[in-house]
Amino acid sequence: MATLNVLVLVCLGYVVLLFGVAFAADRLAATGRSTWLRTPLVYTLSLSIYCTAWTFYGAVGYAARSGLEFVTIYLGPTLVMVSWWWGLRKLVRVGRSQRVTSIADLISSRYGKSNTLAICVTVLAVLGVTPYIALQLQSITLSFSIFAEADPSSIYNEASSVFWVSAGLAMFAILFGTRNLDANERHHGVVTAIAIEAVVKLVALLAVGIFVVWGVAGGVGPIMDRIDASEIGQWSVDRGRWTAITFLAAAAFVCLPRMFQVMVVENDDERHLRTAAWAFPLYLLLMSLFVVPIAVVGLDLMPEGSNPDLFVLTIPLALGNDWLAMLSFIGGFSSATSMVIVAAMALSTMVSNHIVMPIWLSSQGGRASVSGDVRDIVLFSRRVSIAAIMALGFFYYRLSGGGAALASIGLIAFAGIAQILPALVGGLFWRGATRTGALVGLTVGFGLWVYTLLLPGMGGALMPPEVLQNGPLGLSWLRPQALFGIDGMDPMVHSVMWSLSLNAAAFCIASLASFPSPLERLQGAQFVNVFDHSAGPRGWTGSVAQSEDLMIMTQRILGAAEAHEFFQKEAERQGGRGYLPEPTPAFLEALERELSGSVGTATAHAMIGQIVGGSSVSVEDLLAVADESAQLLEYSGQLEAKSAELTRTARKLREANEKLTQISMQKDAFLGQVSHELRTPMTSIRAFSEIMRDTEGLTAEERTRYAAIIHDESMRLTRLLDDLLDLSVLENGQVNLNMGDGTLKDVLDRAVSTALTGAERPMRVRRNRAAERIPLHTDLDRLAQVFINVISNAQKYCDAPEPSLKISVHDVGGQVVVDFIDNGSGIPPEAQSMVFEKFARVGSDKAGGAGLGLAICREIMQRLGGEVGYLSGAGGGAFRVSLPLAYKQAAQ
Amino acid sequence: MTGGPDAAWPREERARMSRKVLLIEDEPNITEAIRFLLTREGWQVETHAEGTDAVEVIVASRPDLVILDVMLPGKSGMDILRDLRELEGMSKLPVLMLTARGQLRDREMAEKAGVSRFMTKPFSNTEVLTAVRDLHAQASQG
Repeated sequence: MATLNVLVLVCLGYVVLLFGVAFAADRLAATGRSTWLRTPLVYTLSLSIYCTAWTFYGAVGYAARSGLEFVTIYLGPTLVMVSWWWGLRKLVRVGRSQRVTSIADLISSRYGKSNTLAICVTVLAVLGVTPYIALQLQSITLSFSIFAEADPSSIYNEASSVFWVSAGLAMFAILFGTRNLDANERHHGVVTAIAIEAVVKLVALLAVGIFVVWGVAGGVGPIMDRIDASEIGQWSVDRGRWTAITFLAAAAFVCLPRMFQVMVVENDDERHLRTAAWAFPLYLLLMSLFVVPIAVVGLDLMPEGSNPDLFVLTIPLALGNDWLAMLSFIGGFSSATSMVIVAAMALSTMVSNHIVMPIWLSSQGGRASVSGDVRDIVLFSRRVSIAAIMALGFFYYRLSGGGAALASIGLIAFAGIAQILPALVGGLFWRGATRTGALVGLTVGFGLWVYTLLLPGMGGALMPPEVLQNGPLGLSWLRPQALFGIDGMDPMVHSVMWSLSLNAAAFCIASLASFPSPLERLQGAQFVNVFDHSAGPRGWTGSVAQSEDLMIMTQRILGAAEAHEFFQKEAERQGGRGYLPEPTPAFLEALERELSGSVGTATAHAMIGQIVGGSSVSVEDLLAVADESAQLLEYSGQLEAKSAELTRTARKLREANEKLTQISMQKDAFLGQVSHELRTPMTSIRAFSEIMRDTEGLTAEERTRYAAIIHDESMRLTRLLDDLLDLSVLENGQVNLNMGDGTLKDVLDRAVSTALTGAERPMRVRRNRAAERIPLHTDLDRLAQVFINVISNAQKYCDAPEPSLKISVHDVGGQVVVDFIDNGSGIPPEAQSMVFEKFARVGSDKAGGAGLGLAICREIMQRLGGEVGYLSGAGGGAFRVSLPLAYKQAAQ
Repeated sequence: MTGGPDAAWPREERARMSRKVLLIEDEPNITEAIRFLLTREGWQVETHAEGTDAVEVIVASRPDLVILDVMLPGKSGMDILRDLRELEGMSKLPVLMLTARGQLRDREMAEKAGVSRFMTKPFSNTEVLTAVRDLHAQASQG
């Protein structure tokens, strides 16, 4: 009979062994020689923390009490592993690509990184897992007490042993769960220790089973007969309970923080899941293989009233097989320790990350982000969290008083944890799921679970029997175990049905009714479409890259010469021959960096992803590309604006050039005109003077006539020069107006006499002298010059047989208007606009002028503040000269 | 009109019988001076002062030589020359062009239009007479 002291020594030795293993594994992982640690086998074995002491001891007890129903606990995870491995793969992929640290982190991350949700899930997890931890403590204590009972010499104190067990487990979890802060939150040492524990507990249970079947019952045949004879073997299936518990076990397998820790967070390679999909169910099968035989034999062998939960331990003890009992004890011990350690680690991460750290950070008022000691703070808060969680479990155990009631706590905890399921699955497969939906669903499910299962299960003051019987305040439809009047159901099934269905319904309705934030949309897309855009488990590795395709793409971006140079350099660095390097991850990363210099990181990643990975373009990538495109669009917009500006400038230049050309042409035309007007009289002068010089025998008559021509042409030349100078002065604005006072009548008198004196043809002038008595203050000489010009033109060009000119004066709108209308045929409409231009002459008539007269008149009138224009439709040649009356008034 | 001045008369006969010049000029004083000069040289001088119908007048008058001003009312001397040269039998009629616009561009335009001789005003009488003699001699011989 092993003494308690030996047992404690064995336990300590076992723990030291685990420390050693975990320490060595951590060392190996740190030096990078831990490849054998990252095998599918270790991964599968680590999943075995699903099988806690509750399963190790409890399954036999469960079978002894309720027959085959215990199978559901194994059936749930098996179904998940076999038929839902693709969902797990998605979970693992999301967890890896988002670098989540816990299930609370995952839920929070999916729903727009909401910390409120993270706190909800954390609280739910702590509430659900604490009783579970207490259960483990109980099982260890119970197994100790079995040995203590058998060893009367020992002084066994249950309370202190629980305390020391709790403290020891907390130490282990703290030592290996918080040794370092890995970016991926992976703990190779712990996982390796757990894998060893998985083997220990399996071997222990199998050993007991083999001992029972072959050592006690006497082989397979006899044990089968016993089973058939026993009630346990009866195939009585309560479909409601079976379905509910199978479902719960499945949900818990996915949602339990410790399961999430080993399955997602500690996962090294999602391909390990493929192995686990068949290996883990096999493990569960082996674990459950001897449950029924042990239960049947135990019920037969052990005295009435002995605890069936401990048959695994008591049968070998009763039969005097101490070593087997010791092995069995170690198996149970490892089941409990592995669960407690991982659960404490997972929960501490959640508590620390989502509750402690936010509080600490806000208390620091933002100073923490610049100080370098956050890392220590995090580790410290994790350690404190682990200790707190263990303390919580310890006190829960102490307060609940242990006992058989704890056994059912496992399922109650499962039901609580399962409330996370709708938000988790919905988040993975439904982009429409929102933060509000998750929050409402969780709250509803959690509330119903507390009300219908947790509180009734605890009984006492928390849930008085009258409420259980008649509902709160006598509202019978609110009875915790018969909601809405649905009576007669198993309380467990009832609670699971209502809490999960209303949870899911609330989640869906609230999701549909609320709008996700942009971050939620983005995260939702990343989660739901994780396979479309994450680059596989290891970045660029494992993908088939075509160096040639990469070369072609690079040429397009960098240009042929630079692309060749880069590829050549990389190929040389790889030590290969030729110019195409192998598409190693290092090369691809270098290429991506090179390209991102030209096209931006997002685009570079997306482009390489297109060639290398086929479909490794994530929504984030696309969004980044869109951002870059937006920048490009902005640039192009700026360019467009610039080009529009250039177009405008070019148009202005063209217009200016056209204007200059026009001015230049006008200048040429003007010079041509001047040249013509000067040369024409000079031609006559030269020709006749040569004739007079060279010709002998000219008659006196001829001589006189030719001299007259020379004289006339000289005068014409002089007039022309006068006009040109006059016009030039007027146009340049250099004219000095000689302002004076007089009446319109006086000016007209002078003009008429000057213009008509010595005229070849007489012209009758009709005037209304009375109306002309208008005082003027202006340059009277210039005004007279204009009048003379107009009257002379009439005199020269009026083609009527008896030419006459009517001069009328009006006062129109503050202006003095003088009209000169003759009785000739007037100026043809097409020429009317031209008569005021320089050198304009209408018709073939040679009136001796150079065509500058009216141009000069126009300039003069502009100087005088009035105007001169042609009056069309007046029935003859008609000019109108108007002067502002303001001059007149100013004069008065 | 068939034939034309070149074909209608034997060369000798034409040279002796008709030394007719058609002067198209709108400045009466210049017209008078040239008429005086050429009449004394034994030319029969016809004049016209309008651009619009100048081509018809030339064709109708069948001169041995045309003296053409550029700035004419109705139609410019350049256009007249251009139109004239397109007519059958008028390609070799000597045309002496006189212009008061002495720009280089005008000379180029005139040569393109098929002018025989281009002179700017004011001219020396001797130059005009020499030009007329030369042009007439060339046309008579060849």
